[in-house]
Amino acid sequence: MDMPSPSAVILARKAELVAKLAAVLPGDALIQDEAETRAYECDALTAYRCPPMLAVLPRSTQEVSDVLRICHQMGVPVVPRGAGTSLAGGALPTADCVILGVARMNEVLEADYDNRVIRVQTGRTNLSVSGAVEEEDFFYAPDPSSQLACAIAGNIAMNSGGAHCLKYGVTTNNLMGVTMVMMDGTVVEIGGAHLDAGGLDLLGVICGSEGQLGVVTEATLRILRKPEGARPVLIGYDSNEVAGACVSDIIKAGVLPVAIEFMDRPCIEACEAFAKAGYPMCEALLIIEVEGSPEEIDHQLGLIIEIARSHNPVELREAQDADEAGRIWLGRKSAFGAMGQINDYMCLDGTIPVTELPYVLRRIGELSKQYGLGVANVFHAGDGNMHPLILFDANKPGDLELCEDMGADILKLCVEVGGCLTGEHGVGVEKRDLMLHQYSPEDLEAQLKVKDVFDPHWLLNPAKVFPLSVTEGRRAVELSK
Amino acid sequence: MKKMMLKPKSETELVEVIADAGGPLCIQGGGTRGFASDGEVLSTRGLSGVELYEPGALTMVARAGTPVAEIEALLAQSGQRLAFEPMDHRGLLGSDGEPTIGGVFAANVSGPRRIQCGAARDFLLGVRFVDGAGHVVKNGGRVMKNVTGYDLVKLMAGAHGTLGALSEVSFKVLPEPEAEATVQVGDVGLSVAVQVMSAALGSPYDVTGAGYDPDTRKAYVRIEGFSSSVAYRADRLSADLAQFGETQQVERSADLWRGIRDVSAFYGREGDVWRISVKPSDAVALADQLQADALQFDWGGGLVWALVPEGVDLRARMGVSGHATLVRGSAETRMRLGQFHPQPAPLAAISAGLRAKFDPRGILNSGLMG
Repeated sequence: MDMPSPSAVILARKAELVAKLAAVLPGDALIQDEAETRAYECDALTAYRCPPMLAVLPRSTQEVSDVLRICHQMGVPVVPRGAGTSLAGGALPTADCVILGVARMNEVLEADYDNRVIRVQTGRTNLSVSGAVEEEDFFYAPDPSSQLACAIAGNIAMNSGGAHCLKYGVTTNNLMGVTMVMMDGTVVEIGGAHLDAGGLDLLGVICGSEGQLGVVTEATLRILRKPEGARPVLIGYDSNEVAGACVSDIIKAGVLPVAIEFMDRPCIEACEAFAKAGYPMCEALLIIEVEGSPEEIDHQLGLIIEIARSHNPVELREAQDADEAGRIWLGRKSAFGAMGQINDYMCLDGTIPVTELPYVLRRIGELSKQYGLGVANVFHAGDGNMHPLILFDANKPGDLELCEDMGADILKLCVEVGGCLTGEHGVGVEKRDLMLHQYSPEDLEAQLKVKDVFDPHWLLNPAKVFPLSVTEGRRAVELSK
Repeated sequence: MKKMMLKPKSETELVEVIADAGGPLCIQGGGTRGFASDGEVLSTRGLSGVELYEPGALTMVARAGTPVAEIEALLAQSGQRLAFEPMDHRGLLGSDGEPTIGGVFAANVSGPRRIQCGAARDFLLGVRFVDGAGHVVKNGGRVMKNVTGYDLVKLMAGAHGTLGALSEVSFKVLPEPEAEATVQVGDVGLSVAVQVMSAALGSPYDVTGAGYDPDTRKAYVRIEGFSSSVAYRADRLSADLAQFGETQQVERSADLWRGIRDVSAFYGREGDVWRISVKPSDAVALADQLQADALQFDWGGGLVWALVPEGVDLRARMGVSGHATLVRGSAETRMRLGQFHPQPAPLAAISAGLRAKFDPRGILNSGLMG
């Protein structure tokens, strides 16, 4: 994986930059010691590492603005960072960049139950946003698997989803307003506690822009009242096709579960060995969760079970109490940990039309044989967001490269059947070079034009999202300055 | 003088029309929504037809000029619908013509259910459009979750054709619920009505509509879903909201919400009509400031429809944050005031920058959006 060579001009001006930043930041907010900058050398995509030139940890929008203004004046690239949990390398530094971490900005600014919104600083973790409104029985809906650690800043940058977004939507559907600092230090306010910010939908294009358009320091988020209750059902089938057909029938029947999760045999076996959740050994497992009052849950589960039965399940288990519900979710929630226990793995994130599920699973099986690498599938079936886990041996020379090639083939397959490269993890550096499989050069040019407007000198997270060959002209202008 | 109308029948023809344009173009779907700019009319009605509909995947792909009525009829056959409940502007504006799906998304037209399930922009999954230089651009796709590159889909939703002419849209649809019910609370003033709606929207009963009619002094709360569940939740809401006023279930729920969606209370009444989006709890202060002839409230108080004498700039009277759009007004008023809320300077600069990039000649609906 290529990253642009660091600029000698910028590296030579490090001392000058440090002096300027030190004038606007408290001492503990500026990290320049090599041993300490190493902490920011990678995010959760640990295969790629590079310590930044500097890291800064501002505590206010004003400090963020000062840092960006200085970096803008000196032509120094800035890589924004939330909690560093990106699986796509979205926060991977370059050697000549400043890492701008928002982790110290984690306050709740206002919880407004009458208007059902919360305003937070974006360094706050996803789960602690819900935590802040839990006493009033409210919650923040998007729930990425990393929600204990990941920051709202990163959620906005990647437009994060989660298991329950089938009903509640992803970040962009729950984000109402932001305070954002532009690369030149200008602070802008977009949207707020009212719906549908006026003018062009800038909020919509900022969300998911992977930190390339601005640094969001505060966010107004929609909060919802918790449902009265929730209960899952577990259904096992002896083929992936049948499980896929069951999912499609449930959706067609007008039931809208909050989550439909799918696991295949390799994943079931790994989870069972790891978590001992008591899963049946079969080809495909569905976990379907519905919400409401006890009677409403009974009714919806009744409909789901009727549809499930018509497809002859090998197992059907309805949770009778919280303990059983917990056991049904236990394996699924530990799936990634379980796979990590037995193997190195690479987690993919393509999305496909739900109707293509059986075909895509069959093709993934064929690719697995062709490459000689195992694949376990665990994913959000209701919205077609797949997470194939390709198993490889990091100590075996060539295995990582083989795994990456196979991953690329699976993602190309997702695009071929009408889907996309990434459903919720983002492009980052990981899928950057596959973008031309989904988009034509003209399609990408339209996206680049957006960045040209927000960040004309291409200083914010410049080497991500788009193939380097496509952005070279734009980035090169800056380096030659 | 009768305007010439350009009516391409394919995306290729749309490219030619835009690339060859010698002056400003007024991009139009059905032309029912009162957003007309100067220039030669470029109708998308020739780009019509549903290209793909997968009920099991809750997705549809249609050409931009496809009539909304055709789409709704097709969805109804599979028991599905456009859940964001797009308003029909014809009654309020006295316009005729056939609303198109491209127009719905270009203007981000949503109805009462916006508070629960999202706006038109939240349902738009993918677009194809032709920018001002005649380039075809696609963005997004037809899957529910997609973070591959920048979300130009959202940017196009609500851009009113200023960044490009939509040629194709793909969008999410949802099942039609088995039943709906509406609980009304009367006889209440605006301040109590906002409390009623806030309490309902903050309940666990999944409210899909919350409106208030000051003429009848009734607040309305809608729930939808399976019959037994709707009955249960209607009972619970009736009990919980009784502290604010007399609660009762409305007989003709669907008709009531169609009226709220289309602002039928203002039909046939003289004056300009403004649509204002504010924080719901600001509705009371706003109503005091506006000095309007008539008001209607949706979205729990967050969407305010105001009827005022011709030519008044209502934005000057708002006094709270939010934004106002002049939905109905004479050509002179629209020209003088502008239909859209002016943006703060840094945002206006970004918007102008985007328009200059996507439409370098400034020919696409050039009079719209400031």
